[in-house]
Amino acid sequence: MAAAPKTATFSLNDRGVRAVLYQIITIGSVILVAAYLVSNTMNNLETRQIQTGFGFLSQESGFAIAESLIDYAPSDTYGRAMVVGFLNTVKVSLLGIVLATIIGTVIGVARLSSNWMIAKLMSVYVNLVRNIPVLLQIILWHTVLTNTLPHPRQSISLFDSIFLSKRGFYMPFPVDHLGWTLFLIAIPVAVVIAVMLNKWATRRQEMTGEQFPAILAGIGIVVFLPILAWAVGGAPTAFDVPALKGFNMEGGARVTPEFAAVLIGLTVYTSAFIAEVVRSGILAVSHGQTEAGRSLGLSEGVIMRKIILPQALRVIVPPTTNQYLNLTKNSSLAVAVGYPDLVSTGNTTLNQTGQAIEAILIMMTVYLATSLSTSLFMNWYNKKIQLVER
Amino acid sequence: MKAVKLAAMAAAAVVMTWSATASAGPTLDAVKQKGFVQCGVNTGLGGFSIADSKGRWVGLDVDICRAVAAAILGDGDKIKFTPLSAQQRFTALQSGEVDILSRNTTWTLTRDTKLGLNFAGVTFYDGQGFMVRKDLGVKSAKELNGATICVQPGTTTELNLADYFRAQGMQFEPVVIEAQQEVVSAFFSGRCDVFTTDASGLASVRTNDAPNPDDYMILPEIISKEPLGPAVRHGDDEWFDIVKWVIYALLEAEEQGITAANVDSMMDSKNPVVQRLLGATPGNGAALGLDEAWATNAIKAVGNYGEIYERNIVPLGLSRGVNALWTKGGLMYAMPAR
Repeated sequence: MAAAPKTATFSLNDRGVRAVLYQIITIGSVILVAAYLVSNTMNNLETRQIQTGFGFLSQESGFAIAESLIDYAPSDTYGRAMVVGFLNTVKVSLLGIVLATIIGTVIGVARLSSNWMIAKLMSVYVNLVRNIPVLLQIILWHTVLTNTLPHPRQSISLFDSIFLSKRGFYMPFPVDHLGWTLFLIAIPVAVVIAVMLNKWATRRQEMTGEQFPAILAGIGIVVFLPILAWAVGGAPTAFDVPALKGFNMEGGARVTPEFAAVLIGLTVYTSAFIAEVVRSGILAVSHGQTEAGRSLGLSEGVIMRKIILPQALRVIVPPTTNQYLNLTKNSSLAVAVGYPDLVSTGNTTLNQTGQAIEAILIMMTVYLATSLSTSLFMNWYNKKIQLVER
Repeated sequence: MKAVKLAAMAAAAVVMTWSATASAGPTLDAVKQKGFVQCGVNTGLGGFSIADSKGRWVGLDVDICRAVAAAILGDGDKIKFTPLSAQQRFTALQSGEVDILSRNTTWTLTRDTKLGLNFAGVTFYDGQGFMVRKDLGVKSAKELNGATICVQPGTTTELNLADYFRAQGMQFEPVVIEAQQEVVSAFFSGRCDVFTTDASGLASVRTNDAPNPDDYMILPEIISKEPLGPAVRHGDDEWFDIVKWVIYALLEAEEQGITAANVDSMMDSKNPVVQRLLGATPGNGAALGLDEAWATNAIKAVGNYGEIYERNIVPLGLSRGVNALWTKGGLMYAMPAR
């Protein structure tokens, strides 16, 4: 269509004018509806004299929470209770993401196995698991854990130090000591040293052709540096061993059935999706790449590591990000079995204070922020592994 | 054209919602217009509100709602029930999803003020207790240090529990599950040592849900006051009055010996109190904005308070106790209907 003549006339037949008009009408009505909803809500809250605002966050909560990563007692505030819930959500989501990625990758690769039995078994796993709603799976795991395991007084025990019962899984845990603190600090330090060593070795090989056993040396550092730190710290050997005291086991470290049910449910469910993503990523790399590698005389392992996987990763990462986000959001189903995640403590806060709008708003904001952070991180990683053209 | 249509639809939607809110007005008008009362009840607590084998809702809380429906619409079956969890109940009432919340709800200051509710009276005086397996060998709540305790979230029970253990200097581990059936099954599976809720709720769960009721016992301590009653929204005094006086009418009926069976013959009673209550002497109905037969219809539908109690609560093994009439040493006292 020819450009409209530049005159000052205003005509509804003018395409440009109409386009602008439509947008004004659309945006205007969206704003109108939103304004109406907000003012209607405010009016209703006013007439029913329901308290509003975020002041409740600093009031004493008065309710107890079963498991918490930070100190918490009923005399703490609602705000702190919600933080406890948020940390529990993060705990189960992060562990779930790590485990689901490992299991999913193994299953995805195994589904491509030339061994008929393994490939079929994995195919059955994937199709069974991803077609049952995750809520049912979580409830199933919780029911299994709390119904089939024995009472705490008849716990299944191993060497009288590891116990398994309806109340959870108990194991000995090191007593707080300088040696263990140094041990914990040494782990990340060792990892950083190993990574740097690997980089140096690669560079040296590129420059001089000399090889250095960086992988082996790296493993050695990661294993022995923490042990050395532990020994320097006084080599503590005292363990807090769980023992039956009154109603329950006390002492040591513990995994509750609620946490276990949620973690297993989320991990198993998500791993099936990740397995499919991994499989599709590997299949997406053309077979010609493998053949090219073979004709260069590379070994099968090197072809997989240096040629197939780096290319497959580019296909795998974006859909895997979706699975990570899904897993984090699905963790809100924990409320069904009583794992005190953000939704659980948030709902209780909502109910005790009656401030539904504020509580829901907080929960939505926190989930949004968590998901966006995950996306940002994964987008950064995705960019990093994109094809660098030389 | 599409955008214009969309804008027109949006504008229409705004106008329609506006007018809907404007005409909704007081709850009584809305109830008369739709022809039924929407009542929020427990998802399943024997004796208070539970669906029987035929799918009909029965229980003390349910009967209070039926009485209100009968008083307004002349028929105790002109009612719809919304089963609510402890966490959903207040939002459902605040948002107007239900007209009455009759769901074993404790009357507290916070709920009466900040949550925007009005409690129309007390239909059951209760207190919080603990239930344990007998083979645990516990005889008192004071021996519960370190126990794992099943409790529903968003209840006064959850708060009293934390208070009690704090006051006693004892520790406990809560297992907090929202759905009534889930929390009960967690207790019976042995996930918890103790189940805590109102004593009536414990009796109900023990009688109706326990695999073998004799394996379980309720500890003697009652750790709190739990006055249970129906609640309505702030801002509609007319509706609040109706629910309140229907409860008083049921209590007054018991005091005057009026039952579902004899309510018609009692119309001829020479007692002026009875005459006023049943509308033989008119005035009360008009004052409430109802038919003069409001109390008669309510009593016909569900019986007097004593009959309701006898039918629903006594089978749980709970005697009248403090829930007897004031004339019999209890706390149930109706304000004069005149």
